[in-house]
Amino acid sequence: MNQTLTVKDPFGTATTGKLAMWLFLAMDAITFAAILMGGIYLRLRTDMWGDAGQVLNIPLTSFNTFLLIMSSFTMVMALDAIKKNDIKGLKLFLSLTILGGVSFLGIQIYEYAHFIIGNAELGQALQATGLKGDSFLWTSGTYGATFYATTSFHGLHVLTGVIYLSVIFYQSNKGMYSSANYDRIEIAGLFWHFVDLVWILVFTIIYLI
Amino acid sequence: MSGHQKSFWTKYIFSTDHKMIAKQFLWLGMFFLFFGGALAMLIRWQLGYPEQPVPLIGNWMWPGDGGIINPDIYNQMFTMHGTIMIFWAITPLLIGAFGNFIIPLQIGAGDMAFPKLNLFSFWTMFLASLILLSSYLLPTGTAAGGWTSYPPLSSPAGGIPGLGQTIWTVALIFMGVSSMMGAINYITTVVRMRAPGMDYFKMPLSVWGLFLTSILNAVFVPVIAAGLVMLLLDQTIGTEFFLAGRLASGDPGDPLLFQHVFWIFGHPEVYILILPVWGIISDLLSVFSRKPAFGYRVTAIAMCTVTALSTLVWGHHMYTTGMSPLLGKSFMFLTLLISIPSAMFFLNWLGTMWKGSIHFTSPMLFSIGVIWVFGLGGLTGLYNATITADIYLHDTMFVVGHFHYTLAASVMFGSFAAIYFWFPRMFGRKLDSRLGKIHFWGTFISINFVFFNMMVLGYAGHHRRIYNPSEYSFLEPLTGLNEWISIFSFLLGVFQVVFLINMVWSMFKKERSPQNPWKATTLEWTMDYPIPHGNFEETPLVHNGPHEYSRPDIKDRDWLGQNERITV
Repeated sequence: MNQTLTVKDPFGTATTGKLAMWLFLAMDAITFAAILMGGIYLRLRTDMWGDAGQVLNIPLTSFNTFLLIMSSFTMVMALDAIKKNDIKGLKLFLSLTILGGVSFLGIQIYEYAHFIIGNAELGQALQATGLKGDSFLWTSGTYGATFYATTSFHGLHVLTGVIYLSVIFYQSNKGMYSSANYDRIEIAGLFWHFVDLVWILVFTIIYLI
Repeated sequence: MSGHQKSFWTKYIFSTDHKMIAKQFLWLGMFFLFFGGALAMLIRWQLGYPEQPVPLIGNWMWPGDGGIINPDIYNQMFTMHGTIMIFWAITPLLIGAFGNFIIPLQIGAGDMAFPKLNLFSFWTMFLASLILLSSYLLPTGTAAGGWTSYPPLSSPAGGIPGLGQTIWTVALIFMGVSSMMGAINYITTVVRMRAPGMDYFKMPLSVWGLFLTSILNAVFVPVIAAGLVMLLLDQTIGTEFFLAGRLASGDPGDPLLFQHVFWIFGHPEVYILILPVWGIISDLLSVFSRKPAFGYRVTAIAMCTVTALSTLVWGHHMYTTGMSPLLGKSFMFLTLLISIPSAMFFLNWLGTMWKGSIHFTSPMLFSIGVIWVFGLGGLTGLYNATITADIYLHDTMFVVGHFHYTLAASVMFGSFAAIYFWFPRMFGRKLDSRLGKIHFWGTFISINFVFFNMMVLGYAGHHRRIYNPSEYSFLEPLTGLNEWISIFSFLLGVFQVVFLINMVWSMFKKERSPQNPWKATTLEWTMDYPIPHGNFEETPLVHNGPHEYSRPDIKDRDWLGQNERITV
């Protein structure tokens, strides 16, 4: 009677940290789902939902979407670089990723400022949906509330991601990572891809449909 | 592990040791249990002796009203009673304290998977407690919209005046963040840190219960977090998610949306609180009947089934909101379906005790108490789940009696059973068993009197949140009963003081408990007290299931530890 004792692990070789990040992302996805479903629920109950093509700036946001997808691509390149022990490449692609995130936030802030300051054209578009005033605010009906809650919640995620990746960049600069030790970069990458993926849903539901 | 000296701060305050964090949660939970209990007794004073000055403390607390609890204060009391008991007493006691204490010990792990996250989880909870209590300093008082905080009551437009509701929302968001950190930690710990040989079906049922609780926490706390953030935006920056027809703009937000979000979380929440109790008492009944848990696998699978079903039944809280009859019936069907797996492990508990050699120790008495109160709570749940009965019973004292049987009585008894059982592991001493018996019988008799008769009140039409029942002529025949319920609820409070005395006195008494006083088989009893940081000197190897009692092939004793191999 000399059986070897083991524990069956359905998650294979994934590190514990990665497992925890997946769990966190699942929880985050549910939070986004609740906010998006809430928005859809409110939309079905009102006639005063803005026409995205009139109120929102779709070409600008499409460019923003492109930026975020590209930053996901550079994140993959960063991970690929460290797997080859290429610290220089890692730092280059990490900074490009961070740049993508910062640009996204900049454009989002510009978009918000544009809405908050308002103009006659925007006022007309809002008038068509039954909303008053020349500026589009979070108090502009359930439409405004949903728009700002959803996009700013996502924006906070991008901001978190930028800070997160900056820490990783700082650590790479100090030489913490190598081709034998890049688990944290992979985990940060998971978060960044998630933020990108969720944006596709937010973009589709808020801007396109 | 214990080689280097630790300062007072890193050992007792900012500790990353799961056993110390468990004790921190224990004291936090105990504080709020007594706080919420005191509120309950004040509520009962108003219902039993309406608008009479509160004896002893009334003139000191509310001198302006001549010691009488005024309607505003009354609303704040039942709101804070519910909030505190559910989120600040039961949650830290069962999930915070016992989740932390027994998960790593029972699965043979040195600590949680993320000790620092564990530390943050407690201190976030502590911060949430301070935020919640800070609302007592406001001139307008605390939140008063009920523990459910439905808009428009919780909205600034036409709702409760002052900042109380906003602070309530912020405190709950922080509490939710703490729960989510805990959930990530518990799930990864159970998945990753099990000792060699500890298969899922060799885990003690306590770990099963806490594991399933963590999964529900991970899935549903994010939902309420999203809802609370929307509520907070409504309360602070003037969005209108939940404001119906605000300023007659013709663009309604929807209060019902909040109810949906609240109950999508709120119903699983009751299972979040009761699942650890189910697990713990399944184990304890086996220990004190000296028999393997009857139908161990069935119990584990039935608990999983309840976990899955609990996600699909939130609508039964909303029968009276005018939902479509088809939807209502679907919710009713799914809710009633839960009685099948529940009945399975209920019968398993009886099966465990059947022909066992039962030891009536304090933890066993409380475990048997759970069977009784949970049985009554479960059976009365059928009335509330059935649409036709619920439309009459909704928002009456019947509902109050029902959920106090399942949540207050079952969960409190489960917590007490756990405290009596694991006290020797936490503090090295056994709780006094004579005081324990007084505590049990006093609590058992008074708690049943209180909550059973609340259901009687509700059946007679007593609404759950009215301030002064003597103002309604149809409630006059119930005056005597209301008074008796109040008397027994004060008794219930007195018997908890016995418990507190027992706890403090036993903690400092000289006589040490033996290492394994209950002759239990699970891994947490295999090391000396105090359990060192890191728990196990060497990783234990798990050879047996968790309930190896009275094996016929072992002659000299009636139990076999999970890490022991038979040498015959």
